[in-house]
Amino acid sequence: MKPLDKVEGQAMSLPDSDVDTDIIYPARFLLITERQGLGRYAFHDRRDAPGFPIRPDEDSAPPFLIAGPNFGCGSSREQAPWALDGLGIRVIIAESFGEIFYSNCFKNGMLPIHFNLATVTMLHECAIAGNSFAVDLERQQLSVQGMRPLTFDVAAGNREALLNGWSEIACIRALHTDDILHFETAQRAAAPWLWQGKQA
Amino acid sequence: MPRTLYDKLWDAHVVLNDTSGRTLLYVDRHLLHEVSTPQSFEMLRQEGLAVRRPDTQLAVADHSVPTHDRGQPIEDPRAAAQVSLLEKNCEDFGIEYLSLTGDDQGIVHVISPEQGFTLPGVTLVCGDSHSSTHGAFGALAFGIGASECGIVMGTQTLWQTRAKSMRVTFDGVVQRGVSAKDMALALIGRIGAAGAVGHAIEFAGDAVRALSMEGRMTLCNMAIEAGSRTGLVAPDETTFAYVQRRPRAPKGAMSDAALAYWRTLPSDAGARFDHEIRINAAAIAPQVTFGTSPDQVLSIDQIVPADTTAGRALDYMGVQAGTPIAGLAIDHAFIGSCTNGRIEDLRAAAAIARGKQVAPGVRALVVPGSGAVKRQAESEGLDQIFLAAGFEWRDPGCSLCVAMNGDRLPNGARCASTSNRNFEGRQGAGARTHLMSPAMVAAAAITGRIMDIRTMPA
Repeated sequence: MKPLDKVEGQAMSLPDSDVDTDIIYPARFLLITERQGLGRYAFHDRRDAPGFPIRPDEDSAPPFLIAGPNFGCGSSREQAPWALDGLGIRVIIAESFGEIFYSNCFKNGMLPIHFNLATVTMLHECAIAGNSFAVDLERQQLSVQGMRPLTFDVAAGNREALLNGWSEIACIRALHTDDILHFETAQRAAAPWLWQGKQA
Repeated sequence: MPRTLYDKLWDAHVVLNDTSGRTLLYVDRHLLHEVSTPQSFEMLRQEGLAVRRPDTQLAVADHSVPTHDRGQPIEDPRAAAQVSLLEKNCEDFGIEYLSLTGDDQGIVHVISPEQGFTLPGVTLVCGDSHSSTHGAFGALAFGIGASECGIVMGTQTLWQTRAKSMRVTFDGVVQRGVSAKDMALALIGRIGAAGAVGHAIEFAGDAVRALSMEGRMTLCNMAIEAGSRTGLVAPDETTFAYVQRRPRAPKGAMSDAALAYWRTLPSDAGARFDHEIRINAAAIAPQVTFGTSPDQVLSIDQIVPADTTAGRALDYMGVQAGTPIAGLAIDHAFIGSCTNGRIEDLRAAAAIARGKQVAPGVRALVVPGSGAVKRQAESEGLDQIFLAAGFEWRDPGCSLCVAMNGDRLPNGARCASTSNRNFEGRQGAGARTHLMSPAMVAAAAITGRIMDIRTMPA
């Protein structure tokens, strides 16, 4: 996974609430089995809407996306963050997120950040005004031109993985294989019916 | 200290807790389908890993599969490639795959309970947000992304953060013509599409206890539409009776041991929930969505509100603020999906369709949730009722719930649908979806208009 430490650049404002992952990545493109090159499908059916910040022929966007509440709700499709990543979006800021989408972002070198409604409203204004944005994940700080620096919360495990670009699967295997074996031994004794599968 | 059902399920699967409040959670069951796993297998290949416990994995193709001419080659080359990639990946990694032409194929969330792969007390995940369905059995089940599918296959674990708890109690007895779908939509209308974000919902109360397993699955399935990844119902005799006759459920002495454990799972008296919601089930009328989020929902006898935040949704849906939702003309009807594609759903719809005709100009599809549901329906003659009424009788799959298999509505089409999402474009670019119960969809198909099932002439 590509690490995320500092990100600087412009921001795109998309204030609609409940922008679901079907809007971010329409289902018919789910037949594609790759994860690269999906940026052109991001918001595919929304791009014609008046005032939508990405035009139909564009395949890149600023690194910051300021979104409306419940962004990324609905389907678990990881194509949603892959498509946003394909546009070059690294940091997404909203009042709230769909939980599966939120989790998927961290698996792909992207940082979702929560702020309260009043702060997000100001960030939309700054994005529209073309102010520059900068995030420093190490210090958990967002700096926006014309605003005082803001501190944000991120779970320590997610922060560490993003800063280092760690693969979660490799980390769990390297650090916790013994813990998993220990758990399995105990479960096999306590709940043997879970260990009767065909290949077990 | 008294614990909730969710607490008990969580505590039983903790591998370890880290210092930042995360838990490495053990995963007992993983369901795979063709859409969310190609990249997960690719990840395993890149890392040079095997699947840790193939016996805990079960795969089936459902999202992109055609619902007609089963057994013929899949027409769309991309869908054909996606399905054969799943077959190959399962073969390469030693995972059981339920063949598209076999008896057991169907929607993941329908076949897993049928198989007894879903059991009370397990943790179960799938790269599909409607994995909350399995919580109906008192299993800790939730949807995950493709990367997490790879992590589960490679490690049998996931880093998770414990959710807050929410108990939704449906008191009383529902009116005739009101189903689990209406209960779910009424809840979502009340708390909103993000109303349960960060929470695991436990459904309780007399109206929930009275539901069959099919109804409980419908209710838990829709938990994600309120923002919760997890919906739960405490296991009881209804659950055990359903589970014990399933082929993969524990048998003999194992069954006794499992049952003894399952009986300990319900929330303790005095267990504390972070949020409590009470709903009078007897006051719930049949529900219909009018907008493009599942929380834009009305009782069938209400008028479309002039809510400014729904302005875009009303434009998209082509509905007028201030007009009744009843009477709106439809041109498509869809009965199926992991929400409402089970035998009880088809019975409810067939009871309305019996001896009637689909209205002129309406195209109506019935897509059973699985091969087992289809065979059961045919043995009861439901297929003949639907066919005689002018419905199409299809093969199992997700079909018009996600519209990626060729079943797709044209721009502007208005559909009465038993599925779970009325999102923009969900049933086809520009298509308009009204969510409702199977009986309500059947009634809309027959009369050509959204109508109150309680006033349907016999």
